[in-house]
Amino acid sequence: MSERRPGTNYLNVSYGIRSWLFTVDHKRIALLYLGSVTLMFLLGTVFAGLVRLELLTPAGDLFSADSYNKIFTMHGIVMVFFFLIPGIPAVLGNFLIPMMVGARDLAFPRLNLLSWYLYTIGALFTLFNIVIGGVDTGWTFYTPYSSAWTTTNIVPVALGIFITGFSSILTGLNFIVTIHTMRAPGLTWFRLPLFVWAHYAMSIVVILGTPVIAITIVLLALERVFKLGFFDPALGGDPVLFQHFFWFYSHPAVYIMILPAMGVISEIIACFSRKRVFGYSFVAASSLAIALLGFLVWGHHMFVSGQSVFAGLVFSVLSFMVAIPSAVKVFNWTATLYKGSISFDTPMLYVFGFLGLFTIGGLTGLMLACLGIDVHVHDTYFIVAHFHYIMVGGTVMAYLGGLHFWWPKITGRMYPEWWGRLSALIVFVGFNLTFLPQFIVGYLGMPRRYHAYPDEFQVFNVMSSAGASILGVGYLIPLFYFAWSMRYGKKAPDNPFQATGLEWTTPSPPPTENFPVTPVVTEEAYAYEKMPIPAGGARAV
Amino acid sequence: MPSDAAAHAVHAHHFEDAAQQRHAVTLGMWTFLVTEILFFGGLFLAYSIYRWSFPAAFAAASHHLDIVLGTVNTAVLICSSLTMAMAVHSAQMGGRKSLIAYLVLTIILGTAFLGIKAVEYAHKFEEHLVPGATFRLPPEPKGAGHVVDHDQAVAAGVPSMEYPEPEELARHAQIYFSLYFAMTGMHALHMVIGLGLLGWLVLGARRGRFAPGLDAPVEIVGLYWHFVDIVWIFLFPLLYLIGRHK
Ligand code: HEM
Ligand SMILES: [Cu+2]
Repeated sequence: MSERRPGTNYLNVSYGIRSWLFTVDHKRIALLYLGSVTLMFLLGTVFAGLVRLELLTPAGDLFSADSYNKIFTMHGIVMVFFFLIPGIPAVLGNFLIPMMVGARDLAFPRLNLLSWYLYTIGALFTLFNIVIGGVDTGWTFYTPYSSAWTTTNIVPVALGIFITGFSSILTGLNFIVTIHTMRAPGLTWFRLPLFVWAHYAMSIVVILGTPVIAITIVLLALERVFKLGFFDPALGGDPVLFQHFFWFYSHPAVYIMILPAMGVISEIIACFSRKRVFGYSFVAASSLAIALLGFLVWGHHMFVSGQSVFAGLVFSVLSFMVAIPSAVKVFNWTATLYKGSISFDTPMLYVFGFLGLFTIGGLTGLMLACLGIDVHVHDTYFIVAHFHYIMVGGTVMAYLGGLHFWWPKITGRMYPEWWGRLSALIVFVGFNLTFLPQFIVGYLGMPRRYHAYPDEFQVFNVMSSAGASILGVGYLIPLFYFAWSMRYGKKAPDNPFQATGLEWTTPSPPPTENFPVTPVVTEEAYAYEKMPIPAGGARAV
Repeated sequence: MPSDAAAHAVHAHHFEDAAQQRHAVTLGMWTFLVTEILFFGGLFLAYSIYRWSFPAAFAAASHHLDIVLGTVNTAVLICSSLTMAMAVHSAQMGGRKSLIAYLVLTIILGTAFLGIKAVEYAHKFEEHLVPGATFRLPPEPKGAGHVVDHDQAVAAGVPSMEYPEPEELARHAQIYFSLYFAMTGMHALHMVIGLGLLGWLVLGARRGRFAPGLDAPVEIVGLYWHFVDIVWIFLFPLLYLIGRHK
């Protein structure tokens, strides 16, 4: 498409709201997602703030037990289904995967747009439900409470999640097909950036897991509306079957969140230590191993559900095994850092945050995989701390790191480096102050999902609530300077960080067709020894 | 050059060539079918678990399905798979008339299937076999062989799972019918979507959109249709046939 006017890029080729709402350009769709996902994140944060506010004092003084149930439920649902799961793939994956494989777009651009609409419709459904009264089951929807007892709006929320599930499926399908069929000449599988590998593995999990939660939600809705019996013991059904179905998706779902995050980490670590990723093929293969092993461990959420001791043992052992590929990655990243020429720019600071938090989350996961310990801390704040370290500490840190790293490519503008570093620091401090005390208080026996607690737990809860407000500030700062930089930020060069990867060979922001001519790839990923070390000029602001 | 224009029309702008597009579209459909397998897999799993837990109730309940209608429907659906395969073949050969004819035939057979299904559903309503407050499991016809007096059977050392009390039998039979409606209902929903896709193909075929090399849409709808048929091929024995001999 040589007739492109100089100076046009995907942002300014056309104007007006219609040109965005009907776009089939993966980069614009990524930005649509960025908008929606950010809104959902803010909403989820508001609910989190309310939870922490209530828990500031031991008495249940701010909300009734019922309202509290609805608040933490909405927090969980919004964060898990509308932020953590779609976050990195829908924003960064959508934007980058076609460019990283040297393609002009995803394989099915219109399906891609459809998936954004499905996401939005699902989100609106869920938000609408908040207006008409909320849900109080927790994001896990355990039966028979959800199917027979609660009077809240299970069906509309379930429908919202069901629809959003289709949006994930379409995204995963698009990624798989694009990565298989649209790689540029010379771009063999083992030359792909690890970001692409990670998204490929994630897509497999999406394809295999999401339909199972979809049918589970359908059965739940049928049981609730038509009194068909599947999970309700009063009708002869089995509530533990619901838990099996639920966790068969929801444990792998944590890998839907964390695999793309790991992809982001690999890219940033290589760039800011100016080295090839140590053990590239191990890191790539460990993504696939995580994807597949992740389907075998769901039962560790059910140690106290009444499943057989034998099943508990098997799930315990398998859970230990799934930790191996994650550890492989952490060790390889560490080895990549070793003797690298490391620079502490904002994306890298987020990566360091990720490494610390993810390691703590993973190690406590191993503790939980031990049957005995899990029985002690099950349904306490220890669990809450564990999964926040993994999911928020892992996914959100990587998301923010990735957003900073590719921001110049996405917008054509630099973000202010000083503010970036400050935000990374505040997020890290705030995060640990929020969630470390929860490990302790949980181990001491404070159960999750209560709006009141014994006085002796107050110190830890005050720390946690204080941390949450710091964390909130940390999350808000980037929102402001990103918005600011879109207008006033310094113009970004094509490759401000002197990174490898096809996306950096095209202008910032890229033209609609990504590459003026289809690139040809002649070497492995991460050939950093051939790249000049950036003078710091582009990065220092 | 006209041939150049034709070559251009073959593939969307973001693909390098038609072969790449075809590869992508086919892989996309297969990937989608994998999600469908897992979707139905959940239902099949639930069915297997409950069948294993409540064998007597499931056997008793399956006697109330209409095996004649079920068999006819199976035949109808297999025929529709055949006509669909012929439609794909016509599209590859470029026979527009025969393509339309086979597509319409497939639509007729698919609609017939849904019609028969609707008749079966209506019967179930009349017989109070729909789970809920009005559910009633009629007593077994004489000579069905497996309903013995519960107390006697238990006294004789037979596990009560095989000879449950009548209320328990009815409760578990409700699960059977819940699964019956969920599974056949999901299947029917997929048929309806398939009929919509077939209608869309007919419109396209009338405008001459599918020539040899341009037949990928016909092919992938064909894949979908065969998949839905195969699901039925599993549903039919599971729901209608197993346990009949008892
Ligand atoms: C890779 C990232 C991981 C993520 C995102 C993650 C996420 C989660 C989440 C969300 C929960 C709470 C579920 C609930 O609401 O009840 C949870 C619980 C649990 N996790 Fe993880 N996890 C990860 C890794 C691991 C690993 C590696 C292990 C074991 C080796 C593990 C073991 C457990 C166990 C046993 C529980 C359940 C405890 C209970 O409810 O009693 N996790 N995890
Ligand atoms: Cu898990």
